[in-house]
Amino acid sequence: MTPSVRLQEMIRVIRSARTQGEERGIIQRECADIRSQFRQGDNGERSHSLAKLLYVHMLGYPAHFGQMECVRLIASPRYSEKRIGYLGAMMLLDEKQDASLLITNSIKNDLSHSSQYVQSLALCTLACMGSAEMCRDLAPEIERLLRASHSYIKKKATLCAVHIIRKVPELAELFTPSARTLLSEKNHGVLHGAVVLITELCERNPDTLVQFRKVIQAVPELVQIMKGLVTSSYSPEHNVAGISDPFLQVRILRLLRILGHNNDTASDAMNDLLAQVATNTDSSKTAGSAVLYETVLTIMDINSESGLRVLAVNILGRFLLNNDRNIRYISMTSLQKIVQTDHNAVQRHRGTIVDCLKDQDTSVKRRALELSLALVSAVNIRSMMKELLIFLSVCPPELRSQTASGIFNAAERYSPSKRWHIDTILHVLTTAGGDVRDETVPNLIQLITTASELHCYTVHKLYRALIKDIAQQSLVQVACWCIGEYGDLLLKGECEEIEPVQVTEDDILDALETVLQSHMSSPATRGFALTATMKLSTRITDNVDRIRSIVSIYGSCIDLELQQRAVEYNALFKKYDHMRYRSAVLERMPVMDKNSPGHTNGDTSGEIKEPDTSKPKPVEAGLLSEPASQVCDLLDLLGGTDTPLQPSPAPTSTPTTTSSADLLNLLGGLEITPGEKFIPTVSVYEKNGLSLKIQCDKQTETEVTVTLIASNSTQNDITNFTLQAAVPKSVQLQMKAPSGNVIPAHGLGQVTQTVLLNNPNKASLPCFRFVQLSFLLN
Amino acid sequence: MMHFLLLFSRQGKLRLQKWFLPLPERERKKIVKDMTTMVLARKPRTCNFLHWKDLKIVYKRYASLYFCCALENQDNELLALEILHRYVELLDKYFGNVCELDIIFNFEKAYFILDELLMGGEIQETSKLSIVKSIEASDMLQETMEEYISKPAF
Repeated sequence: MTPSVRLQEMIRVIRSARTQGEERGIIQRECADIRSQFRQGDNGERSHSLAKLLYVHMLGYPAHFGQMECVRLIASPRYSEKRIGYLGAMMLLDEKQDASLLITNSIKNDLSHSSQYVQSLALCTLACMGSAEMCRDLAPEIERLLRASHSYIKKKATLCAVHIIRKVPELAELFTPSARTLLSEKNHGVLHGAVVLITELCERNPDTLVQFRKVIQAVPELVQIMKGLVTSSYSPEHNVAGISDPFLQVRILRLLRILGHNNDTASDAMNDLLAQVATNTDSSKTAGSAVLYETVLTIMDINSESGLRVLAVNILGRFLLNNDRNIRYISMTSLQKIVQTDHNAVQRHRGTIVDCLKDQDTSVKRRALELSLALVSAVNIRSMMKELLIFLSVCPPELRSQTASGIFNAAERYSPSKRWHIDTILHVLTTAGGDVRDETVPNLIQLITTASELHCYTVHKLYRALIKDIAQQSLVQVACWCIGEYGDLLLKGECEEIEPVQVTEDDILDALETVLQSHMSSPATRGFALTATMKLSTRITDNVDRIRSIVSIYGSCIDLELQQRAVEYNALFKKYDHMRYRSAVLERMPVMDKNSPGHTNGDTSGEIKEPDTSKPKPVEAGLLSEPASQVCDLLDLLGGTDTPLQPSPAPTSTPTTTSSADLLNLLGGLEITPGEKFIPTVSVYEKNGLSLKIQCDKQTETEVTVTLIASNSTQNDITNFTLQAAVPKSVQLQMKAPSGNVIPAHGLGQVTQTVLLNNPNKASLPCFRFVQLSFLLN
Repeated sequence: MMHFLLLFSRQGKLRLQKWFLPLPERERKKIVKDMTTMVLARKPRTCNFLHWKDLKIVYKRYASLYFCCALENQDNELLALEILHRYVELLDKYFGNVCELDIIFNFEKAYFILDELLMGGEIQETSKLSIVKSIEASDMLQETMEEYISKPAF
């Protein structure tokens, strides 16, 4: 190895600089030196100077004056100069620089050079920084090299072809024929390149994918190669920790995934191989785990048989118990991808996932949190919530708001009882009140109003929380509101579910006044407290004067909102002090309806009966008599008859309006303008006492979230109720876990299930849903 | 495909940068700064994977150097760890017990070795032996040329 004396000397000098200023000085001198060297022309020193310049560039100093020198050096006949010239081109030139075009000719010449190392320099540079024009110019050369040459050049030419296809997708057809022949190479480097090339071709063009699948029969060939790798004896050249060429194995598995996706024949052809790899690969080291990981991803993405899928999930479960944190992280990322489709299989590993919440690593914690939230269901809500609440109290701050909102969502969907729900929300507010979203306060208030039997319990709990700590604004706001509404219940003192504590009117007013006067309270909180104080004037008997004085003080408050409120309340006392006015204004609030604002559509029912013109299939409803299990097939949820296919009548004011209207066509061609929030509840099935409604929760340009609500007005409970739905191919369906599978009789309860419909292409399709209900009555 | 590969020291000094995507200079500097801050902030026994924008960042610390690369969504992170390890093994074979100083003073050779391992963001050769042979042959070619011209390379 020839020591690069002058370069190394310069590096030493630069490193010995003690201050930034000193370093800058040295660099400036060196750059001046380099520039004069470049001007002198060919004297054998140019490559030294360029090397020095590249070092300076890496330190972060400008080096653009070296670009032309790179071009000159590349054109030189000396190998050493070419080498450094090409390196300089890759570091200093990119496709945005004009000088990059100048090297196209040199590259072309070097691609046909007699020395393969010169050819390799040219190929490497083209693959690194070749612009679209350069690629177009040189593509035929690369194609020739793909076919004619020695494996050293072939493997590089293959990857160069990959780069060309990425830059200029139209040139893909040029390389397709060579790609198929490359698959029969023995050299691993070339084979690897070939697999990457075919992957790129198939990903870019679905027709090429079909061609490779059907015509070229790539799958059996790849399976053969994989089998060879997996069962081969020890080969020192390619062995990594007991695995024969893991790099090639992973790439082949990835290509198999693409070829087998949504295709039964291809998937069948690779089933055995995948089972073999999954069972035989030793995962004690990273190389083996990498192969297993890719295998699992492939199994989950193709149409594999269920036994294989179970095997894959079990591998992920095993990964969860691995000591290596990386592998735990990987397994949780993969489980996250499949938790919707293979929910039950992932549920089996719930315990381990919840344990990972206690891991030291924040990335692992984050994954465990997302996965835990996805695994919450009606069955495990109590135990999961316990774990999540513990996690909330110790979790790192960046995860708090995500945890809090996750807990709220889970509680809303699966809470076993109202009291549990309220307790949970209170717990979250006391632990992490600062990290919750703003809607939490009104949501909680609405929840409390609906739980009329729990008003006493709630207000007692909130009062106690309030006197302990007034720093958490959301908690304080809710507490003030409750005390204002239900202060009379607080004064009564007894409540079945909580130990009795005597609370006097003075105590309550003290608490509210503390909130009003504390500098920790935000203006919104103060507003809540003031209103609460005022409301108490009709609910307590002795200290009304005290309330009057508090309220009048705030008549001259600086805060405009508080001042206005105080003045108005004062007026209630003074001018309108007939008890009936004040008590009428301040009486108990009615139960609030969730999601009521923004409701714009009123004539849903009329439109359902319209025959929807976009239904292509006839209706059929077969009913077996009770008490056997009933299976009803519902086509045309809107009750249409056999109608010919017609284009959808939805208005075409904007393209987005059309698509979202089409997606919800099952709701009867309702006109929806994007951005307007409205939640219609449409009844889509009513027969024999079982009714099914669809409620649209959320709707964007490409996604719609609906909730299916089933209720039962017969005399008997409906058990084993399950619901399945099918949608057209371009729409993706995701069904979340149902809230349960028993619908109590007499309309006492409901089963709800959230369904996500994703229409990524925004295709204006006639959308029909085919829904199957199965249940046991009696 | 790998988007970039960076080597930097514990103090955040860049020792090698390889970009497989065309990005303007300013963008590159920003990414380097982001990467160094993010990776150097990681505690010792945490996992080697991070998320940054829409890329997966895989990093590994070898003595005083951090090897950091960025992958796309479908790439296999565990395999990336193997790729980084392969590169370190190659450097080790070439320099003999490689240390950071070797890479500082012979950065151009580190680049040449990398160019034999990765191309266009993908692995080009899976056999360590093969790569070592090609590097030796290219060095030989360079030296014979030098002897011919009787001047040192740089």
